[in-house]
Amino acid sequence: MAAISREEVAHLARLSRLAVTEEELDTFAGQLDVILQAVAQVGEVAAADIPPTSHSVPLTNVLREDVVVPGLTPQEALSGAPDVAEQRFRVPRILDEDVAS
Amino acid sequence: MTTTLPAYDEVVARYEPVIGLETHVELGTNTKMFCGCPTDFGGEPNTRVCPVCLGLPGSLPVANKAAIEATIRIGLALNCSIAQWCRFARKNYFYPDMPKDFQISQYDEPLCSEGYLDVEVGGELVRIGIERVHLEEDTGKTLHVGGATGRIHGATESLVDYNRAGIALVEIVTKPVPGTGALAPEVARAYVTELRDVLRSLGVSDVRMEEGSLRCDVNTSLNLPGEEWGTRTETKNVNSLRSVERAVRSEMLRQASVLDAGGRIIQETRHFQEDTGETRPGRSKETATDYRYFPEPDLVPLAPDTAWVAELKAALPELPRLHRRRLQEQWGLSDLDMQSVLNAGAVELIEQTVAAGATPAAARKWWLGELSRRANETGVELADIGATPAQVAELQVLVDAGKLNDKLARTVLEGVVAGEGSPTEIMTNRGLEVVSDTGALTAAVDEAIAANPDIADKIRSGKVAAAGALVGAVMKTTRGQADAKTVRELVLERLGAQG
Repeated sequence: MAAISREEVAHLARLSRLAVTEEELDTFAGQLDVILQAVAQVGEVAAADIPPTSHSVPLTNVLREDVVVPGLTPQEALSGAPDVAEQRFRVPRILDEDVAS
Repeated sequence: MTTTLPAYDEVVARYEPVIGLETHVELGTNTKMFCGCPTDFGGEPNTRVCPVCLGLPGSLPVANKAAIEATIRIGLALNCSIAQWCRFARKNYFYPDMPKDFQISQYDEPLCSEGYLDVEVGGELVRIGIERVHLEEDTGKTLHVGGATGRIHGATESLVDYNRAGIALVEIVTKPVPGTGALAPEVARAYVTELRDVLRSLGVSDVRMEEGSLRCDVNTSLNLPGEEWGTRTETKNVNSLRSVERAVRSEMLRQASVLDAGGRIIQETRHFQEDTGETRPGRSKETATDYRYFPEPDLVPLAPDTAWVAELKAALPELPRLHRRRLQEQWGLSDLDMQSVLNAGAVELIEQTVAAGATPAAARKWWLGELSRRANETGVELADIGATPAQVAELQVLVDAGKLNDKLARTVLEGVVAGEGSPTEIMTNRGLEVVSDTGALTAAVDEAIAANPDIADKIRSGKVAAAGALVGAVMKTTRGQADAKTVRELVLERLGAQG
């Protein structure tokens, strides 16, 4: 069975705002499947006594004090922006509401 | 939609509401959640940014200890369990308000969970379950331009300011609250009010709804008695305590009218309209929201040890409900009187006025009387009226010393509200002090007697009640700056009558 379906690839492409043609969907679904199957081999090694992990280093509570540190000037901050207006990043309109927070 | 809405009484007689609230609080830390950028409100666009909050390649976030502590304290104040181990998560989405294309949040491992907050509604205690309290980062501000209205519809591009992006944001989510019936809107408001007071007492945020440091989303559903809970809608854009109440009520009415007509409620996000008090549908989600949460690999897990949590718990301040109960006893108020103090938003103001030397009765009189009346007339919060507790206490000192009578004190207070200075300054500058010079008063009394011989005769013949007219005349010539009781005594004395 495929690790990722053609429909799932289409869904991901839509979420990523990528225009993908029907032919590309076939290609990418196939390629991604090979990659995922390879990664899935790790799962065969994982046993019940090995908890899932998100960090390879056993560290906790790395915190900083609440002290202001100088950041970038607006000029520096905007220097890499594709477009700028009124000292703000200018981006194309996104047809959605604020989805976060 | 021009459907006539059913009456509220009918709606709550037929349906049972279930409410739920999600509240976002911007923490008042000096720096952002994961970088050292300052957080002060305002400022030119993109002046409080750095590689971390701009998501530039190679930058790494480090969590702010003060924000973690503030969140644990909120959790403790809300009777939550504090996680012994938890992680941040990436919430992925494509919208330019976060430059990283994801927001660092918490997902299935919130820092605090399973608590409650007791709120008082109509003298009854209602326990609101708290599902979770978690930490995340706030988003940037987008300005939609190119369209005619500056709103997102019709805009052709967005301008983004990342000053707010990365500010520590705490999300507090209640469990669904069933069983409040007709009181549902009031319960929602009471919860947000109490939560705001708790947060303020903890000193973790300035909790100003108007400036967006406290933001509220309200979930509402209706069901028939005995049936399963209905489909809920989420109302956003609720920016004042009054709006919380109105939003629940209006959504209950709208849903009832849909259900009455045999329709179904759609699970959607709606926006509260401040002007009409109604909710409007927002854009429905393109597909089922898929944020592809995963543990944030750039941050290590958080494991607050028991000693740290115990230390934070021991240092919690007295919580508002207990604090209010103590004040009520100290001030000797009935439940009803205390309720009117609460409704006026005057608890702290009276408390501070008493601390500045006034008696509780005098402090309450000014804040609930003259100042509340003016606040209502001008539509501002009592706390923003322009008079400080210290000034009110000073005013009362002048009254107690006999320098101001009640009427003059009101005039002085008007001056204070208008920003003319301290009560003493206003009294002196405007010459409002009570005329205590008996010589001057006697002259005014004699003048009044001479001008009203008929009345004077009546009083001489024993009709003491007629003295009022002469007192009035004297008050008029002294522009109200005399003590009426003293004037009356003088009038009777000059005419040889007995009071």
